Amino acid sequence: MNRFAELLDRLAYEPGRNNKIKLLVAYFRETEDPDRGYALAALTGALSFKHAKPGLIRDLITERTDPVLFGYSYDYVGDLSETVALMWPKSSPSPACGGGSGWGSLHTVDKRKEPPPGSPDSADAQPNDPTSRASGRGDEEGPPPSTRHNNPPPPTLTDVVTTLRTLGKAELPAQLARWLDELDETGRWALLKLVTGAMRIGISARLAKTAVAALGDKDPHEVELMWPGLSPPYLELFAWLEGRGDKPINSDPTPFRPVMLAHAIEDSDFANLDAADFSAEWKWDGIRVQAVAGRDTRGHIQARLYSRTGEDITGSFPDLVPSLHLPGAIDGELLVLREGRVQTFNVLQQRLNRKVVSPKLIKEFPIHLRAYDLLGDDANDLRELPFTERRAHLEAFVARLNDPRIDLSPTVPFANWEELAAARADPKSAGAGDDADAVEGVMLKRRDAPYLPGRPKGPWWKWKRDPHIIDAVLMYAQRGHGKRSSYYSDYTFGVWTRGDAGDELVPVGKAYFGFTDEELLQIDRFVRRNTTEKFGPVRHVVHEPDQGLVLEVAFEGLQRSPRHKSGVAMRFPRISRLRWDKPPREADRLETLERMLISMTGS
Amino acid sequence: MRGSSPRMTAKHRGSSAYIGPMRPQDILMPVPAGLCCKPGGFHIDPVRPVERALITHGHSDHARAGHGAVLATRETLDMMRLRYGENFAGSTQAVAYGEEIRLGDVTVAFHPAGHVLGSSQISVTCKDTRIVASGDYKEARDPTCAPFELVPCDVFISEATFGLPVFRHGDAAGEVNKLLASVKLFPERAHLVGAYSLGKAQRVIALLREAGYDAPIYLHGAMEKITYYYQERGIPLGELRPARGMKKAELAGTITLAPPSATSDVWTRRFPDPVTAFASGWMRVRARARQGGIELPLVISDHADWDGLTATIAATGAGEIWVTHGQEDALVHWCKSKGLAARPLDLVGYGDEDEGETAAITGEAEPGGEAKA
Repeated sequence: MNRFAELLDRLAYEPGRNNKIKLLVAYFRETEDPDRGYALAALTGALSFKHAKPGLIRDLITERTDPVLFGYSYDYVGDLSETVALMWPKSSPSPACGGGSGWGSLHTVDKRKEPPPGSPDSADAQPNDPTSRASGRGDEEGPPPSTRHNNPPPPTLTDVVTTLRTLGKAELPAQLARWLDELDETGRWALLKLVTGAMRIGISARLAKTAVAALGDKDPHEVELMWPGLSPPYLELFAWLEGRGDKPINSDPTPFRPVMLAHAIEDSDFANLDAADFSAEWKWDGIRVQAVAGRDTRGHIQARLYSRTGEDITGSFPDLVPSLHLPGAIDGELLVLREGRVQTFNVLQQRLNRKVVSPKLIKEFPIHLRAYDLLGDDANDLRELPFTERRAHLEAFVARLNDPRIDLSPTVPFANWEELAAARADPKSAGAGDDADAVEGVMLKRRDAPYLPGRPKGPWWKWKRDPHIIDAVLMYAQRGHGKRSSYYSDYTFGVWTRGDAGDELVPVGKAYFGFTDEELLQIDRFVRRNTTEKFGPVRHVVHEPDQGLVLEVAFEGLQRSPRHKSGVAMRFPRISRLRWDKPPREADRLETLERMLISMTGS
Repeated sequence: MRGSSPRMTAKHRGSSAYIGPMRPQDILMPVPAGLCCKPGGFHIDPVRPVERALITHGHSDHARAGHGAVLATRETLDMMRLRYGENFAGSTQAVAYGEEIRLGDVTVAFHPAGHVLGSSQISVTCKDTRIVASGDYKEARDPTCAPFELVPCDVFISEATFGLPVFRHGDAAGEVNKLLASVKLFPERAHLVGAYSLGKAQRVIALLREAGYDAPIYLHGAMEKITYYYQERGIPLGELRPARGMKKAELAGTITLAPPSATSDVWTRRFPDPVTAFASGWMRVRARARQGGIELPLVISDHADWDGLTATIAATGAGEIWVTHGQEDALVHWCKSKGLAARPLDLVGYGDEDEGETAAITGEAEPGGEAKA
């Protein structure tokens, strides 16, 4: 557990992706089975323990500490698990706590501090007679006779996972308390994060799988492919990665297939491309998914929905599962349709990251799959076929499915690039009709290209509609992380609005990319020279009508947001240009954004 | 070294016509200038210029320039000289640990506080009452200064920088091993360790040497003078080099000590993909580490942790505790729950020297936009 705790601790602070992978690989290399397998399970979200709730943890600490001191501590730390991990009373004098060498007097206190497990005795509630103090340093007592003579070794991750799997709810508090006694601060923190399922250390399942693949110098796609057939503690996976065993076979009827991605097309690219080589379709503003159905060993149809990174999101969309009644693998876009009309991304967002999917949610936000590729038809892998042939299979497959929740993404006919440019500029009259609001551009796919995992350059292009642009004023700057930690690279910008005392700037968004390295240096210099106040890592940058920096901000969409003071939130904002030439007073006003919002959402 | 200045001798000698038992606050009393000893005619760690000052240690929020006469350990006086120049006080007198000096109606003595080199607790004894002003202290082992000495007393003035039970500093050697493991794992990156330039930096270096790290250790410019002073005082720190003038590639796999504010400064751009570490007791709390953009927090402190504070308070035998510097409320609460009289000692102008030093460094580094290194 301690080694795993150290890993979590380090990962929680490390911002760099490659450095995270390096930390993970080192852990997988140095840690034995089955501990490392359970760690992989924890990092990929394959473990969950239903009984450990924050209330239970609060009860445990309340029994053991002075409530006033707990209150002060919790206020300071701000996180329950962390507070408990840090102030959990020491169970016995341990030579490992070097910070406290030579406090003879503490032993008396400590003996009292340790109630037998499960006892309602509270350490700090015990009266302590100050006259009975030991005389101080160097006056060492022997170890307290009544308590443990040998510190039990801290639990391994395997101990924790296997015990928790079988432990009844009633036994949990005492078991947790025993472990907390045995672990150090970091170990306790990791244990509490693990059992409450609130890890939040910035590691995706995909990243953990990439790291485990790197351990055996394998392609992460290979691990991804076999993943659904594996289960913790992944002994056969590690055996294969270390060259000690055969490649695990994925017997899963519904495997994820690594997805194919497109490059953004630039104006200069068209000169080298022949319109006749490409097929075009609308680029829908939804969620890219892979919908897979297959027969299990008993011949029953199983269906799964994956995100583009291979995360299983079936649980969030149970309403789509019955529609996937034929074995096959569809690549498509998840959308919300109301009365046959595609809703905007803002509406779809109501269905994302939901733990509980209520019947009301399903009814109000009916989910729909718009199919644009077919990777497998029953047992046949279609990925080697050219796009046109896959498209023919797809059309036949969708017809056979004959389900109202699944339809074809139509192709956009065009004879030359000018015609396509016209369609992109006005999807409504080019076939998208009432769904035009949910179109964010067009996709170009080479007719002869197979389905290739990753982002190969050439076969697929995305040609987005031009983004929305406003001029905003830089208001606050914050230092970045990792390589950017010496740069002010996160910017909060605002637009003008009428306030109580005339015009004032109201923040409308934050952006931390879009600029070039050279521009970053320029903004960083500007921030350092024009700081008016500092709040921790945040700098208040001068923003007066005649003084300040105007940023041209590009963004994809707007939505109403009660959480923002301005009442609007931007989607995907980035800095597109620095307007050194423009005085802040000429930047845009909130009214402009409100008008854009109305034209985008009709509300 | 001893008793060289006549100005430190007491002027109240023989005027001890107090009636009845002395109350502790008659001996030491917080006033705007600092902790004032009227019967002795001096202040301890005054924040404003005074006629006679007794200084516990060299951190800038305790040791200020401009006093008439200063009584402190030799090391503290030397550090003040390094920081403020030769004429930082009208006159100075060096005192050895344990040496008793009669000032007016009181006797004072300096005892090791274990905080930084030369740091002291000051005991003030008047008739039968002894008050110990501990300044900043820690009981944990530190190879760069004399170990904390327990001084039995009636009133103990304790700091409370880490006066919450969430602060337990643990084993500093383990934290240094964390740093060394990271250096091993990322040989292509530089490791920048933020550490206060007086005391913490030298302790981290000494701990690295104890852990067997014998490569040269690099120093930010602001660290050099004080670190070389430690070496002059016979504290072995191994081979030290200025980071200044090094080529970027040469700094891969190295360890550099820098003032905390420098680790997020443009100064860091000379290092290859630096790992930012920070050695401080505050690093125990994640939000605090994250707020500072720290990637490798090292829990190494020059202050007593919660267990150290409570154990020390109990061990002094003092029946009354005055608490200052930090989380007074929680420590006062603890004292009371143990049957001790306790109250916060409000000393205006005193803060955590950690933050004080950060501000001082930031102030120096900012106008040019770049830290002098």
